[in-house]
Amino acid sequence: MTVVEHARDTTHPIPRPAYAQPKLIAFVFLGGALGASARLGLTLAMPSDAGDDWPVLIANLVGAFLLGLLLTGLASRKPETPGRRDFRLFAGTGFMGGFTTYSSLATNTAELFESDVLGAVLYSLGTLLGGIAAAAVGIWLAGLVWRPRDGKAAS
Amino acid sequence: MSIGIFLLAALGGGLGAALRFTTDGLVMRNVHSGYPWGTFVINSTGSLLLGFLTGLSDSSVLDADWLFVLGGGLMGGFTTFSTAMVDTVHMLQKRTFGRFFANSLGMLVLTVVLAFVGLAIGRAL
Repeated sequence: MTVVEHARDTTHPIPRPAYAQPKLIAFVFLGGALGASARLGLTLAMPSDAGDDWPVLIANLVGAFLLGLLLTGLASRKPETPGRRDFRLFAGTGFMGGFTTYSSLATNTAELFESDVLGAVLYSLGTLLGGIAAAAVGIWLAGLVWRPRDGKAAS
Repeated sequence: MSIGIFLLAALGGGLGAALRFTTDGLVMRNVHSGYPWGTFVINSTGSLLLGFLTGLSDSSVLDADWLFVLGGGLMGGFTTFSTAMVDTVHMLQKRTFGRFFANSLGMLVLTVVLAFVGLAIGRAL
């Protein structure tokens, strides 16, 4: 690019997508570190055998419920302000994303299959069906509490 | 478990989440689809990698502390269950049942198979 172009692009920066903005990545990082800590704290507080992983099950169900509640609640107010976007990325993408985990669900199930096939099926399908139900309840509850508004005064 | 290991795992969780955020964004920008391919790819690769790390731990290549940091922290923060579940419920609400099954049972079966493959490779090393 010419010097003139560089000067113009510096004065009028091209907006970056959210996932490439350092500040927003930092919010997700912070939320993820806290969410993962909460899950790992739960794992240390209630030790369990490989496969029969109650802390991961609990974190996944609670997280699915809370993310459904959070995202639906935030989506009821439009348009999204920068402050609410920051909070959504910190609490939703960051904290709830770090608190819940799919890799542990998959690996626990794979390990459990080697010793207890029925247990593996019950653990994985139970987590999946419970997770769908938990997210659905969160979404439903948020719809009851926060009626959708589009920023204009409701009549 | 020392406090230092716990803090490293927390750092891993943050890094994993940030990596998920950017990976998801890049995948979704390039794959123009109503299906959440970003989360699908992340959970699949993360399950393969956690299986591999767990296999390495089984074969004593990786000690328990490092499994905690890289597995529970980094891979735990990278992969996500809550987003997959909220997307799945939205698919039910829109009555897109093909997507619903792909994002629920399909993702579960695929990630378990990939975790198996990862475990087998890790244990063989």
